[in-house]
Amino acid sequence: MPATERPLSPHIQIYRPQITSGLSIFHRITGVALTLGTLLLTWWLVSAAYGPEAFATAQAFLGSFIGQLVLWGFTFAVFYHLANGVRHLLWDFGWGFELEQLRFSGIVMLAFAAVATLVTLIAGYSLAGGQ
Amino acid sequence: MELRSSLGRARGLGSAKEGISHWWAQRVTAIALVPLAIWFVLAAISLLGADYATFAAWIGTFGNALLMALLVIVLFYHAHLGMQVVIEDYVSGHAALITTLLIVRFALFALAVSCLLAIVLVALKG
Repeated sequence: MPATERPLSPHIQIYRPQITSGLSIFHRITGVALTLGTLLLTWWLVSAAYGPEAFATAQAFLGSFIGQLVLWGFTFAVFYHLANGVRHLLWDFGWGFELEQLRFSGIVMLAFAAVATLVTLIAGYSLAGGQ
Repeated sequence: MELRSSLGRARGLGSAKEGISHWWAQRVTAIALVPLAIWFVLAAISLLGADYATFAAWIGTFGNALLMALLVIVLFYHAHLGMQVVIEDYVSGHAALITTLLIVRFALFALAVSCLLAIVLVALKG
């Protein structure tokens, strides 16, 4: 089929950025990022199947500065996608479609994701002996 | 004359005779992932910096192995459903679309089976 020159929805260039659309596209971005993160999860599990040395290498990478940064990112992505996913499930029940409710639930969701990420980081660093 | 109700039609058969199965599966896996993801974050915290013996002993527990296997199955299924929608939205051209869908589907399936095998192998040693 020949490619036709037609405008594509939703015309991102002329839309004013809004919290609703911003949170929505970030849900997709975190979803794709978490899917890529399954590579890391697989490496971690498979390295253990290869034995103690391979597992130690994987654990050493995750404990390194870059590994920690990556884990912080995935921690936030998990909580964001989880909280916004629950927001989607509430919409599926027909709840919260008014603009004010959308903004409110969006802010509550963001706050939850931020706090949950912080709590996880604090718990992680205190349990891991302040690495 | 259409004798079926709108709801019955939506539940049963869409144009591809699938109805809402994709949408529904996405929701079912999402609900299952809420407790599983929270459990995994807590488990991952407890395993930070763990050596092989600790990890093997952890996953050698039936409950941990079971929850990890459930997480892997549901997570990869949910990722597959989500990636399919994203790819269908953004990849244009029939050949490119089918190719991308196939690659992502094969890759996610291979990763899921790798995780499951690894869980079983390490759990048996632990």
